[in-house]
Amino acid sequence: MSNPLVDMQKPDVIFCIGTNMTECHPVAATGIKKALRRGAKMIVADPRRIALADLADLYLPIRVGSDVALLLAMAHVILREKLYDATFIDERTSGANAFLEHVKDFTPEWAASITEVPAADIEKAAILYAQADKGAIFYTLGITEHICGVDNVQSLCNLALMTGNLGREGTGINPMRGQNNIQGAGDAGAVPSNYPGFQPVTDPAAQSKFEALYGRKIDLEKGITKVTALDQCGKSIRAMLIDGENTLVSDPDRDHCEHALRSLDHLVVIDIFLTETAALADVVLPATAWGETDGVCTNTERRVQRLRAAVTPHGDARPDWWIIAEIGKRLGLSGFEFDSAKSVFNELCELSPIYAGLDWDRIDKGEYQWPVPDKEHPGTPILHQEEFKNGRGLFKVINYRDPAETISDDYPIWLTTGRRLQAYHTRTQTGRAQGIDYLLAEESLEIHPTDAAERNLKDGDWCHLSSPRGSVRVKVKLTDRSPKGTVFTSFGFNNVPINVLTGSGYDPITETAELKVCPVRIDPA
Amino acid sequence: MVSSQSSNITLDGEPVSFSAGETLYEIAKRQETIIPTLCYDPRLEAFGSCRLCMVEVDGIRNPVASCTTKASDGMVVRTTSPAIEKHRKVLLEMVASENPDIAVDPLRGYASQELGTLVDDYRADTGRFKGRQSGQSFQDDDNPFILRDYDRCISCYRCVRVCAEQEGDYAINIRNRGFNTQITTEFSGTLKDSSCTFCGQCVQTCPTGALADKKAMRAENDPGEIKKTRSVCPYCGVGCSVDLLSKDDRLVGVQPAMDGPANQGALCIKGQFAFDFVQHNDRLGSPLIRNEAGELEKTSWEIALDRAADGFREAMKTHGRQSIYGVASGRTPSEADYMMQKFIRAGFGTNQIDNCSRA
Repeated sequence: MSNPLVDMQKPDVIFCIGTNMTECHPVAATGIKKALRRGAKMIVADPRRIALADLADLYLPIRVGSDVALLLAMAHVILREKLYDATFIDERTSGANAFLEHVKDFTPEWAASITEVPAADIEKAAILYAQADKGAIFYTLGITEHICGVDNVQSLCNLALMTGNLGREGTGINPMRGQNNIQGAGDAGAVPSNYPGFQPVTDPAAQSKFEALYGRKIDLEKGITKVTALDQCGKSIRAMLIDGENTLVSDPDRDHCEHALRSLDHLVVIDIFLTETAALADVVLPATAWGETDGVCTNTERRVQRLRAAVTPHGDARPDWWIIAEIGKRLGLSGFEFDSAKSVFNELCELSPIYAGLDWDRIDKGEYQWPVPDKEHPGTPILHQEEFKNGRGLFKVINYRDPAETISDDYPIWLTTGRRLQAYHTRTQTGRAQGIDYLLAEESLEIHPTDAAERNLKDGDWCHLSSPRGSVRVKVKLTDRSPKGTVFTSFGFNNVPINVLTGSGYDPITETAELKVCPVRIDPA
Repeated sequence: MVSSQSSNITLDGEPVSFSAGETLYEIAKRQETIIPTLCYDPRLEAFGSCRLCMVEVDGIRNPVASCTTKASDGMVVRTTSPAIEKHRKVLLEMVASENPDIAVDPLRGYASQELGTLVDDYRADTGRFKGRQSGQSFQDDDNPFILRDYDRCISCYRCVRVCAEQEGDYAINIRNRGFNTQITTEFSGTLKDSSCTFCGQCVQTCPTGALADKKAMRAENDPGEIKKTRSVCPYCGVGCSVDLLSKDDRLVGVQPAMDGPANQGALCIKGQFAFDFVQHNDRLGSPLIRNEAGELEKTSWEIALDRAADGFREAMKTHGRQSIYGVASGRTPSEADYMMQKFIRAGFGTNQIDNCSRA
C-alpha cells in the first residue's frame, strides 16, 4: 500500500476494484465503513455483487477480465471533462502526453461494450473519483490474477497520476496483500529478480555487494519464476526445496503441478502439516508453527512487526530458518551459523536499504513502516510524498486484451475464484480450527438462479463444472451475488479441487496465473 | 478571533490544559486519574449510560458524565468526593444485584473483569437490591464461538455499539426498554442467521462476560495461570496485533491487542477463532523420509537433514547449479524467506528462488 491502513478512514472517494475486502481483509474493511459513515463516497467495480457493492454509492458490475477497458474509459472521461490535475502531471510525472493522446480513443460507449457496464455509470465513476480532494484506490487479486495483471495495476496508477491522488493522506494506490508475510517474503529477497530490500540481481553493484557478503560468484541473470520452474521440473529443474506452500492445491492446473513435482529427482518440503504437496516429497521436515515461533512479518502497509512464541513447539518441530541453515551447513556452506531468529533478522536489516534503520529490538512495538533508511528515520507511512522512487511517476500506454480464454459454445460461463470469510487458502489451518465447519462445511458453486434454472439445477444439487483442463463435482448454491453468466467458487476444499480447472494463461511479465477467469461448462451431475 | 491557546481546566485542584473537543474523561485519563466506567470503550462514541463516570463541576448543580462532557476553559472539576463515591457504589450495587453472580473467568473476554473489579474495589454489596433479574440467556444458539449468557448483561450496549461503529455489521440490537432491555439479533434468532460475521468484537468489549468466547472457555478448568503473549495474526496481510492466551503450555485463545498499530483492537473470525490448528493432532512432529518401499517414514533430524542435503548435492553434481530451485513462503516469518534466498544464492550462485505470491 502506498498509504497506511489508518488512512482508509480518510478519503472523500474510495474506489475498490477487484477486492472482496469484507471477506478477505475484514479488519481493513472496517476502516472503509468508518469513512462511509463519515460521508465518503464509494465506487465498487467487481463482477460479483459482493458485500462491499451493497455499501457502494456506485456499483460497476464489470465482466471478469475487462478492467483495463473500464479504466481506459475512466481516463478518457477525466481528460474530456478536464478533471485532471495539471500541476501534479507537470511537476511529478512523465509520459503524460502520449497517455492523454492514447485515451482519446476509448469512450465510455466503447468500454460499455466490453465491460457490460452502462456508459453513463462509467462516466459517473470517473467524475466522482477525479473530483475527490482525496481519492484512494484499493485492489486485491481481482486486479493481479489475470494475464493482464500488470496492465491492470498500471492502468490504476495512470488514474491516480492524472488526478494527483498519490503521496498525500487518504489517497494512493493500495493493494491489499493476502498473506500475513507475503510482503516480507519479497522484502527478504525470496524472488528471482531481487536481492533483499529490492536490490535488483541484474545490478552489477548489488551483485558485487552480495558476492562479497556471501563469498561466492552469483549470477547477474534473474532466476526463473516458480511458474516456469514447475514447467521445467524433470527437465532443467531437478531438485526443489519448498517451504510452507501447498503448491498442489493452491497453484493452477493441478494435474500439471502433480506431474511436475513427481518428476523431480529430489523434493524437500518444510511444513507444519503433511499437506498434499508434502506427501509427494522425498524428505519432509517439520517446522514450528505460528504461536511457537519468534520472528518478523511485514504487513500490507509495510509495517514490520514481531511474531512471538507463546507455547513450546509441537513434537520435534524446528524453526524454518534453522532447518534451511542446517541443510546449508551440510553442503559445506559458510555464513549459516545463526543462533536465533534475531540474528537472522538483524543480518537481513544490515543488507537491505529499506530496513537499514531497523533491528530486532527497534521493531518491538511495530511502529515502523519501511523504508526506514537509517536509525534516526521515523519510517514512511505514506510513499511518494515528495518524489517517486525513480524521480517521476510514469504514465504507461496500455491497451485492452481479452482474457486468455473467452466463453464459447462449449464453455459458455465465466468462472471466477476467490476466498471466503471463514476459510483461508487451502484450509490447512482454518480446516483444522474447531468450529469453522459450523459456518462453512463444504465448497459450493455460487450461480445466478437463471443460469441454474436453464440447466435444471436447484439449490443444493450437484453439478459437473468443466474447463478444457478438467472437471470437478460441486454443489450449486443459488444467489444473485453472481451475475447471470458468471459463477464463483473458492479454492479451499481439496475434495473440490478447483485448480484442476484454472490455469488458462499467465501474465507475461509476472507470470501470475489468470485464476480469476476461466470459461466453464456446467452440467447436472 | 478566538484564541486557541492556553485553555485550562482545574482537575482535582491541578491546572490541566486541553485541546478543543476533549472530554473530561479523556483529560483525566491522560492525567492518569482513574474514573470508573462500565459503558465506555475508547474506540467507541461516548454513550453516557452507566453514570459511573460522574464528576462534580463547579457551577453545575448535579454531577455530569465525564465521558460525554466536553471541557471548556476555566472548568473546575472534581473526579472524586464522598458524595460521588457513594453514588458510584450504589450504582454498582444496583447493577450487580440484577446479575446471578459477578465473578467470571477471564477467558470469557478481554473486558470481562471490568464489573467484577469495580464491585471489589468499591466493596459493593451485590445482594443489596436483590430481586428480579434482568436479561435472559439465549441458550438455543448452537454456534461454537460466542456464548450469549445474557443473565449477566447490564445493558451497557457496548456490544451493539462495537458491532455498528467498529465493525459496521449491525448484527445485534436492542429489544424492549428499561429493566426489560434485551440484547438480541434481528427476529431474535441465532447469530448465524443474522448479519454477524463472528469477529468476536462484542465478546471482547463486554464488561461482564455476558458475551463470552466459547472456545477459550473450554480451558476454564485447565490448570495454570493465563499467559498473554503479544503477536500478530497469521492470516491475511493486514497484520492485526493479537494477544495469544496460553495455559500450561496450551494455546487456548486469542484476544485482540487494543493498541495494535494496524488493527486498533479489531479482529475478524479467522484471527479471533481460527488459532487451534497450532496444536492439532495432524501436526508433523518428526522428520520423514521416503523409504525403499516408497513410503514416508519417521526418522531423526540428522538422517533427514543429511538426506535433504545429499539430494541437492547430487542434483548440483549431475545437472548443474541451475537445477536446484527454492520456493519460499508468504506465510513463514521473514527469517525463513531470508534464509531460503541465502541458501539458493550462497549455495548455488543462482537466483532460482521465488515465493507463493504468484498464486
